[in-house]
Amino acid sequence: MITLEHVSKAYSAGVPALNDVNLEIEEGEFVFIVGDSGSGKSTLIKLLLKELDPTEGTIIINGKYLNKIHRRQIPKFRRNIGVVFQDFRLLKDRNVYENIAFAQKVIGEPSSRIRKRVPMMLSMVGLAPKYRSYPRQLSGGEQQRVAIARALVNEPKILLADEPTGNLDNNNAWEIMKLLEEINSKGTTVVVVTHNLEIVKVMKKRVITVKKGAIVGDSKKGDYSDED
Amino acid sequence: MKINTLVYSLVQGIKNIGRNKMFSIASAATMSACIFMFGLFYILVTNFTGMVKEAEESVAVTVFFDSGLTDEQIKTIGNQITKRAEVANCVYVSADEAWEYVKENYFEGKEELAAAFEGDNPVANSAHYEIYLDDVEMQASLVQYIEGLAGVREVKKSEAVANTLSDFNRLISYVSAGIILILLCVAVFLISNTVTVGISVRREEIAIMKLIGATDFLVRAPFVVEGMIIGLVGAVIPLVLLYILYGRIVGYINDRFDFIGSMLNFIPENRIFHGLTPIAVLLGVGIGLIGSIWTIRKHLKV
Ligand SMILES: Nc1ncnc2c1ncn2[C@@H]1O[C@H](COP(=O)(O)OP(=O)(O)OP(=O)(O)O)[C@@H](O)[C@H]1O
Ligand SMILES: [Mg+2]
Repeated sequence: MITLEHVSKAYSAGVPALNDVNLEIEEGEFVFIVGDSGSGKSTLIKLLLKELDPTEGTIIINGKYLNKIHRRQIPKFRRNIGVVFQDFRLLKDRNVYENIAFAQKVIGEPSSRIRKRVPMMLSMVGLAPKYRSYPRQLSGGEQQRVAIARALVNEPKILLADEPTGNLDNNNAWEIMKLLEEINSKGTTVVVVTHNLEIVKVMKKRVITVKKGAIVGDSKKGDYSDED
Repeated sequence: MKINTLVYSLVQGIKNIGRNKMFSIASAATMSACIFMFGLFYILVTNFTGMVKEAEESVAVTVFFDSGLTDEQIKTIGNQITKRAEVANCVYVSADEAWEYVKENYFEGKEELAAAFEGDNPVANSAHYEIYLDDVEMQASLVQYIEGLAGVREVKKSEAVANTLSDFNRLISYVSAGIILILLCVAVFLISNTVTVGISVRREEIAIMKLIGATDFLVRAPFVVEGMIIGLVGAVIPLVLLYILYGRIVGYINDRFDFIGSMLNFIPENRIFHGLTPIAVLLGVGIGLIGSIWTIRKHLKV
């Protein structure tokens, strides 16, 4: 599903943010990516979204070579990938329902389908009663649920999450992680960047450790301990 | 393109204007001022062109002959004149016709006075050609040519009126073209500013749209719509104003200054606005389009 071959990324002449990364993530996997601040985790996510292009190496997602995707085909490519961020990135002037519907409008879905899908997503993330609330009226955890609902409303095969619990307290963090696990159990490939090692240890998933732009650890389900 | 996308772009474009009221109003107002000026000059130039045309049609060069010329010789002169490209029309007026004209115009009501001359045409020597020109500016060279022809006694011309009118017309055209050009630049600049503000206000939204997989078209279209609507509003307002004003001013001049009114033949407003409306609308929408597309290319690298 996701393959990286000798991928390097340097922002400018200097120390590369990622250096010769090789990685293989299978369809339906749940993968944590951990590592120090500045180790290159967000850079990796951006490469997968083709927000950035690698300076070297090949990335293959869903059978597609990213370097062969024309600029104009990028939007179409991104529709296969859902993404959530630490800061939620919701539209502040639109309510919960509109924020989720927006993702469908943007890709030109007919309104009949929007009316069907949005309530489904809302009940999946447990926010059906608050569909008319605005982001500022929601807790951080609730906002992140809206963001997840938005990321999934177009049924992407892959969900990327860059520190989705970074702004949340422990309880909310756990709920979001459980939600991601549930989504994964329905078949979506999930890649989560996180600093919350406690959750990582308890959830017993595959864990990839990045350090100074290189993968220094890749432990199978349940093998992870933060000694690497 | 899906109809949904079109509707989305339209709605978002209108919302952009709503979110960005001050700038939108400022741009639309400047645009209105520009197009108002443009319309004003258009009306002036069209009217003057009309008047010059009329002057050209009524201003004739008159050619008198040496006495004792035969009809044949007169015909030859006529042919030589008609051959010239700038001549629109060359009419022969015989001495008898000239007398009839004089009688009608100067002896009206005093038929007994005119009758005294009967049988002895007092303008016997006044057979002439009346020559009408396509272009008044060619008059001088034509007169020179005719004066050189054999058998021509005198050439009367009416240079002053026609030349003044066409010089004035040209001056207005140049001045207005200059002013309009400057104003258009200002309008493009302001529209561009409005769109820039719109883009910066919506930077986050644009980033989100791109991550969700919105096409470049969808990201850009609302801003283009915004520019076009501002341009359209900026064209319609001055058109309405000018329409109302034109009717009033022409009416006023014709009422108050009988003398001028009868001299100047104003072009009817319907004919003016038939030409002006599409130009103004195209201009407004075009500037909106150029301003916004140019800005998007600069600030919205998708
Ligand atoms: N746009 C950029 N231009 C230049 N350098 C950058 C840019 N973005 C990131 N970097 C550098 O690349 C390196 C990796 O950054 P990255 O954001 O991927 O780290 P990270 O692992 O996500 O860190 P964190 O855990 O703090 O989010 C850092 O040294 C950072 O300074
Ligand atoms: Mg990061």
